Amino acid sequence: MQPGRLTLSETNSLVAHQFETLEQQHLAGWLGMWIFLATEVMFFGGMFAGYALYRWAYPGAFAAASRELEVLLGATNTLILIVSSLSMALAVHAAETGRRQRLIGLLLATMALGAVFLGIKGVEYLHKFDHHLVPGSGFAFAAPFQRTAQIFFSFYFALTGMHALHMVIGEGLLATLVIRAWRREFTPEHHAAVEITGLYWHFVDIVWIFLFPLLYLIERHR
Amino acid sequence: MKEQTISPRIYVAVFAALAALTLVTTGVAYIDLGVFNPVAALTIAVVKATLVVLFFMHVWYRGKLTWVFIGAGVLWLAFLIAFTLSDAVTRPWIPVPTPWTGSAVYPGAPVSGEVER
Repeated sequence: MQPGRLTLSETNSLVAHQFETLEQQHLAGWLGMWIFLATEVMFFGGMFAGYALYRWAYPGAFAAASRELEVLLGATNTLILIVSSLSMALAVHAAETGRRQRLIGLLLATMALGAVFLGIKGVEYLHKFDHHLVPGSGFAFAAPFQRTAQIFFSFYFALTGMHALHMVIGEGLLATLVIRAWRREFTPEHHAAVEITGLYWHFVDIVWIFLFPLLYLIERHR
Repeated sequence: MKEQTISPRIYVAVFAALAALTLVTTGVAYIDLGVFNPVAALTIAVVKATLVVLFFMHVWYRGKLTWVFIGAGVLWLAFLIAFTLSDAVTRPWIPVPTPWTGSAVYPGAPVSGEVER
């Protein structure tokens, strides 16, 4: 932070009245996002704990059901999310160095990659409906896992569904950043929103980093 | 908060490591390591998550205060999973007591060894 680059009145217009300095305001926003992410860890953690419990109880059903997922699509989506995290990190760098056009371009690239991820996820969901793998009265699975494979697919849809919802929310947040960057609201001194939205986007990436091996890669060697 | 601009080269290097580890975790799943298959999968996932947190999320370059929040999240997640599993895993260790009176179990009670797995 180089306070010399802004006049005092410019700085004052950016600082909310409860903060002493722009730096303090930025720190509060940063820590606020980390508190939110800690609650998100607990939110997804409940589902992960349930997953661990039932995978321990029904290892055979989880292995057989996991084989119905398409590894190629899952791995592709993992790579797409990693590229989107890279473009998000570079977008934050562009904001730090005051390059507005590059910032807008990288934010749009991140949004496009997120949209491709959601598209592939949609194709996968469609396959699950076609193959009667959605838990409920239409569910069909080879013996002896007719019933217990539904538990795996319940976790599959709950975990990937909540993850996809977070992606959709992330897309909305990125869209607001694009509009604000378009309006020249961000400067090297004032771009906390870009960095903090980046934290959220990277967190959603981390959730998928765990979901991919836990859902797609159970006992593939058999 | 001390701010520091991180070189895009570091971001690209972290990206390359994450992409490589994605291929490794996929490949390892096709090799039979017995009980170590899930261990390997989770270890690689933790390494990848750590790289994202430290570099993409700038935690490596920031003050120690952030670690309090990360530590709180990780600690309570560990409690949640460890205590849930310790209950489930240890239940069979203690045999179910035989009923004091009458004709054995309640209607529909699972018989040992009959549980569909």
